[in-house]
Amino acid sequence: MSNSVHVYDARTDHATVTAESPLAYSFQRSGMPAPGDASGEESRAVIGERAFLGHLILRGGAIVLDEALREVLGIGLPGRPNSLTVDADGQRSVQWLSPDEWLLIVPGDETFGLETRLRAHLGGAHVAIVDVSAGQTLIELSGEAAHEVLMKSTVYDVDPHTFTVGKGVTTLFAKTSVILRRPDASRWELIVRRSFADYVYRWLLDAGEEYGIGVARESRHEPQ
Amino acid sequence: MFHIYCPYCEELREEEEFHPKGQAHIARPEEPDTCSDEEWGDYLFFRDNPRGIHHEMWLHAVGCRKFFNITRNTVSYEILETYKMGEQPTITAEHLAREEKNAREEKTNNAQVAEGGQQTVGASDAAVASVKGAQA
Amino acid sequence: MSQTASQPNRLAQGGQVDRTQALTFTFNGHTYTGHPGDTLASALLANGVDLVNRSFKYSRPRGIVASGAEEPNAVVQLGATEATQVPNVRATQQALYDGLVARSTNGWPDAQRDIMRWIGKLGSPFMPPGFYYKTFMAPASMWMTYEKFIRKTAGLGRSPTQSDPDIYDHMHRHCDMLIVGAGPAGLSAALTAARAGARVILADEQEAMGGSLLDTRETLDDQPAAQWLKTTLAALAEHDNVTLLPRTTAHGYHDHHFVTLHERRTEHLGDSAPSKAGYRQPRSRLHRVRAGQVILATGAHERPLVYANNDVPGNLLAGAVSTYIRRYGVVPGEKMVLSTSNDHAYRAALDWQEAGREVVAIVDARTAPQGDLVAQAKAAGIRVITGSAVLEAKGAQRVSAARVAAIDVDAFRVTGKVETLECDTIASSGGYSPVIHLASHTGARPVWSDAIIGFVPSTVAGVAASGGARGVYPLDEVLADGVEAGVNAATALGFDVTVDDADLPQVASRHEGPVCALFQVPHEKATLRAPKQFVDLQNDVTASAIEVATLEGFESIEHVKRYTAMGFGTDQGKLGNINGMAVTARCLGQSIPETGTTVFRPNYTPVTFGAVVGRHCRELFDPERYTPMQAWHVARGAEFEDVGQWKRPWYYPRKRADGGLESIGEAVARECRAVREGVGILDASTLGKIDIQGPDAREFLGRIYTNKWQKLAPGRVRYGLMCGDDGMVMDDGTTSCLAENHFLMTTTTGNAAPVLEWLELWHQTEWPELDVYFNSVTDHWATMTVTGPEARKLLTDLTDIDLDREAFKFMDWREGHVAGVPARVFRISFTGELAFEINVQAHYAMHVWEALFARGEAFDLTPYGTETMHVLRAEKGFIIVGQDTDGSVTPEDLGMHWAIGYDKPFPWVGKRALTRADTRREGRKQLVGLKPKDASVVLEEGAQIVFEPNHAIPMPMVGHVTSSYYSPTLESGFALAVVKGGHQRMGESVYLPMVDGRVHEAEIVSTQFVDPKGERQHV
Ligand SMILES: [Zn+2]
Repeated sequence: MSNSVHVYDARTDHATVTAESPLAYSFQRSGMPAPGDASGEESRAVIGERAFLGHLILRGGAIVLDEALREVLGIGLPGRPNSLTVDADGQRSVQWLSPDEWLLIVPGDETFGLETRLRAHLGGAHVAIVDVSAGQTLIELSGEAAHEVLMKSTVYDVDPHTFTVGKGVTTLFAKTSVILRRPDASRWELIVRRSFADYVYRWLLDAGEEYGIGVARESRHEPQ
Repeated sequence: MFHIYCPYCEELREEEEFHPKGQAHIARPEEPDTCSDEEWGDYLFFRDNPRGIHHEMWLHAVGCRKFFNITRNTVSYEILETYKMGEQPTITAEHLAREEKNAREEKTNNAQVAEGGQQTVGASDAAVASVKGAQA
Repeated sequence: MSQTASQPNRLAQGGQVDRTQALTFTFNGHTYTGHPGDTLASALLANGVDLVNRSFKYSRPRGIVASGAEEPNAVVQLGATEATQVPNVRATQQALYDGLVARSTNGWPDAQRDIMRWIGKLGSPFMPPGFYYKTFMAPASMWMTYEKFIRKTAGLGRSPTQSDPDIYDHMHRHCDMLIVGAGPAGLSAALTAARAGARVILADEQEAMGGSLLDTRETLDDQPAAQWLKTTLAALAEHDNVTLLPRTTAHGYHDHHFVTLHERRTEHLGDSAPSKAGYRQPRSRLHRVRAGQVILATGAHERPLVYANNDVPGNLLAGAVSTYIRRYGVVPGEKMVLSTSNDHAYRAALDWQEAGREVVAIVDARTAPQGDLVAQAKAAGIRVITGSAVLEAKGAQRVSAARVAAIDVDAFRVTGKVETLECDTIASSGGYSPVIHLASHTGARPVWSDAIIGFVPSTVAGVAASGGARGVYPLDEVLADGVEAGVNAATALGFDVTVDDADLPQVASRHEGPVCALFQVPHEKATLRAPKQFVDLQNDVTASAIEVATLEGFESIEHVKRYTAMGFGTDQGKLGNINGMAVTARCLGQSIPETGTTVFRPNYTPVTFGAVVGRHCRELFDPERYTPMQAWHVARGAEFEDVGQWKRPWYYPRKRADGGLESIGEAVARECRAVREGVGILDASTLGKIDIQGPDAREFLGRIYTNKWQKLAPGRVRYGLMCGDDGMVMDDGTTSCLAENHFLMTTTTGNAAPVLEWLELWHQTEWPELDVYFNSVTDHWATMTVTGPEARKLLTDLTDIDLDREAFKFMDWREGHVAGVPARVFRISFTGELAFEINVQAHYAMHVWEALFARGEAFDLTPYGTETMHVLRAEKGFIIVGQDTDGSVTPEDLGMHWAIGYDKPFPWVGKRALTRADTRREGRKQLVGLKPKDASVVLEEGAQIVFEPNHAIPMPMVGHVTSSYYSPTLESGFALAVVKGGHQRMGESVYLPMVDGRVHEAEIVSTQFVDPKGERQHV
């Protein structure tokens, strides 16, 4: 690892330090309506926060980053625009954001080690790796009306026939932006900036009301 | 509401994802200190407003965050092509005028008057040739 | 046939209304009943309500004329409660529901007894075209008064004064093919495209899909049209690539096939949207559709004939008469005269007679009409008067007779003796105008067709008109035209389409004779003297008004339109435009195509504000951005200030001894003292933060900032100033060297995104050869500023960082732990006091913040907000970009010569402009301090400055106040200002004349009011 860059070791002792996810305040303020509507029917849209994951931005040339990633993480870099690669157990993913930018999401406790190993592998190559784990959060959206909630929110075409599994884009969401992706057929993922997370949460509850939108109980993850 | 093909994302996206950044191919003079006040003022402040073919720079702001160029007809609002930063347009007013002229010459029996008024700026053949190396 | 007693005009059978259910509704305070399936208009006609409004200008009584979007008169104010008021609803497009309450929009105070009528009668000779321009514009100062009166009487409806209880939303849709209009053309196009596999949206504005099939007399495959319609709709619903949107109006066609649709989801159900399964549902929805191809199957509007008194209630469109009878089972009168220029309108007479009412006569302008329908009418024993027209309607509140005579259409004169036919209804038809509005929105100019006597749309690539919308009227041809449009569009999209002609239903083809081009009917008297012949009923534009306009020299149709107000309002010329052009053409002695047409703009019909706004309202109007400490700020009772989209604590009012809450002045004074004398803390998480990595990062910084970066060592921080290439200051902030190739830039809160875009712009377009990457880390890091003389003592026990003043100097940064959390701590100061800016990952921010307060109890750690931050920084002369600068201020104007590296090797951004003649000239406005002579005065921000207070008005203004506060430290008001040549005027007096007549005097002083040597931040 080159000392030309300051790698930040954010590992914290969770026995003594409490962490708050980006949506912690929203859950407290706006509540967490349970899935299922007033008449006891199943929700047609369910959201949940997957908090405290490791989010790393990779910048650089595709070839060199791909090689390092395969070596260190065992998954390749998606080369095609707007695509997403997920590893076998669905815990790690890497998404194309621009021709020289990818988003890597891994379990939170792997973040620092991964950045360190990647940098060691990349040696002197001109790349940038930026830890943005606390700057954004991942919201899952599922249910039969999930794409309708999205149609109310984003200008991007979210027809499940055209927005196929393995696709991911950065686009508008209401009056903010999100990274929107479909890791598998059962759910959508929205990656939201921390300071906008409350707005997105309130928007989702509002837009999803007619589908009896609810918040998955397991939403409050403890930091790993 | 334009529908714009981002040459980096390689698909059509809604205009709301983009920011227009004005006339394309405005290169910063390489030696600002040797520019006269007038030359510097031209670079800073003066832009063209053609009727017809225009080359504009746009930013895919809510997307890949890349700047790129658009060839657009300012009358019909048709976007004729988009191309990456550093590339040159394949469609220019001069090029269209040449094509029209050729077409007219072929149609010897039916001489039509071309719809006038098209002009271009910024990416005339001469201007294209003068764009500095850093963008090539 | 018999009729229901309560609804005198309702037939006992026929139509698509459910007579088993009665719906009660109120119109202008009277209660009536109707049935499910009715529109408000059909229910009013069923009840024999003739008078629905008063006219715009002359206050004449008006009745229902049409049955669709083109209705000009029956424009009502809807709503049972104040909160649910909706103005400008066309009764013809409003489905009836139980409990509906509507009023006339015109005719204040009441359509029946209308005081404006008398004004209109008295005033009519004085209300020529251009009336508003001529009369009410002088004196200009009175316009506000006139406008109030005109608006009250001019029938624009009114907005509710209470908040709308309903919710609305938007939906973004993408499709291969959008088809507007679900009549025979749209349906057959949709079916063709659906079978080809295209993603299709079929939208129709009516309560039921089907268009003309809902009231046609024709059969398809020997079945009533309703049967084919039902089968076709069912077939379309089977396709999961088809979205059917009934009650949905395509109201605007924008660039690149972006079409906005207004779907009225619950307007037919009640005054307010009923909840569904316990959840609110949107009252209406705006669909924002991006289509690959668009088919406009919008049909045609029938044109009324223009004859004298053609506005008296009882004058209807012939097609509307058929629609009311066949679709709603309502005959709007007893005895009808039909005046027509074409065969198609004969349907009205046949339908009327079959309904058991009397057709007095069909008056046909053609000398020898001979289509199948003509023969049918004659066979039915209906009197047909040829070569003639209705010249004039008689009657005041309702038609009582029609004056009929032979006319010479080409010579525009009456040639025969007038016969008066007693009747209560005159149906008229002057032919059909294709609905070209949406095509027109694309910028395509309409083209006149002599064949159909109407304008047909020219279209742009990717748009096709089909059926009536392009002047194809016979049903068999319309169906085939729809298929063709579907095939063409699907093929253009790359779908493989095969069509079997056998799929088309069989329609008995019918012979129709040619149409005669009749618009305005001649009268025995000249147009200027004849009784009013209305061209545009909604705007009260008459044929004589158009003639006057042409006599006054208006020749362009666009000018005639604006001068007479033809085609204004909710109507947008749907009924009157072509007739208006025809009258203009006649007056000017030219043809209609020579006269031209006006083009249409969005919206086709009015769209409610609710639908436009969607859910972008109330608490979701704009994003509110929060820092990780938001919950704490709220719990502490902070008042908030909007900074861009961020909510920032403005000040934290405490309880006073007397139990009241501190004022902002008291709170800020307390917070300021805490920082200057003890220790305060600010949530500075909103500052923009950009991570910069790469071997050329340092070079890049040197090019983008005005000052030098070559020697900044890891562990050090520097203030940087950023200019545009015009040399004007655009942002400032500190940038820290994290490592040799790694920097952390901060930006002002509001400029975080623009600065990142600025860096990318230069990197991507001018210097792509530099190896550097920029990434926003604004949200990743939370920033808390601990500042004041006691700051070090407070922090000592909480961190493993050596805080010794020599080990950790001013403008250093250090890594370590604060409250057990990994942190970067920056010794920079925006208050002039000893300060530590602690950055931790946002997840842990609240933990650290609370730990600081736990420890801070011993030091009375005081949270302060943006107001105190402003006072403290201004006391030090630290600028706020965007407040003390406005895009016309150079670093030199700010007195920041020390931040300009003129000798840097690269021509950095802004450098060249700083040597332009204008940026070097004498007398530029320069930033200075102002000390009011009267210490109790706090100058107004934005107040203009003069050198000579006794100068005659207008006084030469020489600058303005940019920041102004009361300083508890100075015990005086103080300000920052820009003043012409200010740097050379230290000690001089300037004057600030205020609106109230007071003139403040202030002395020009240094911008550094407190600790001018800057010693306190170094302690
Ligand atoms: Zn892009």
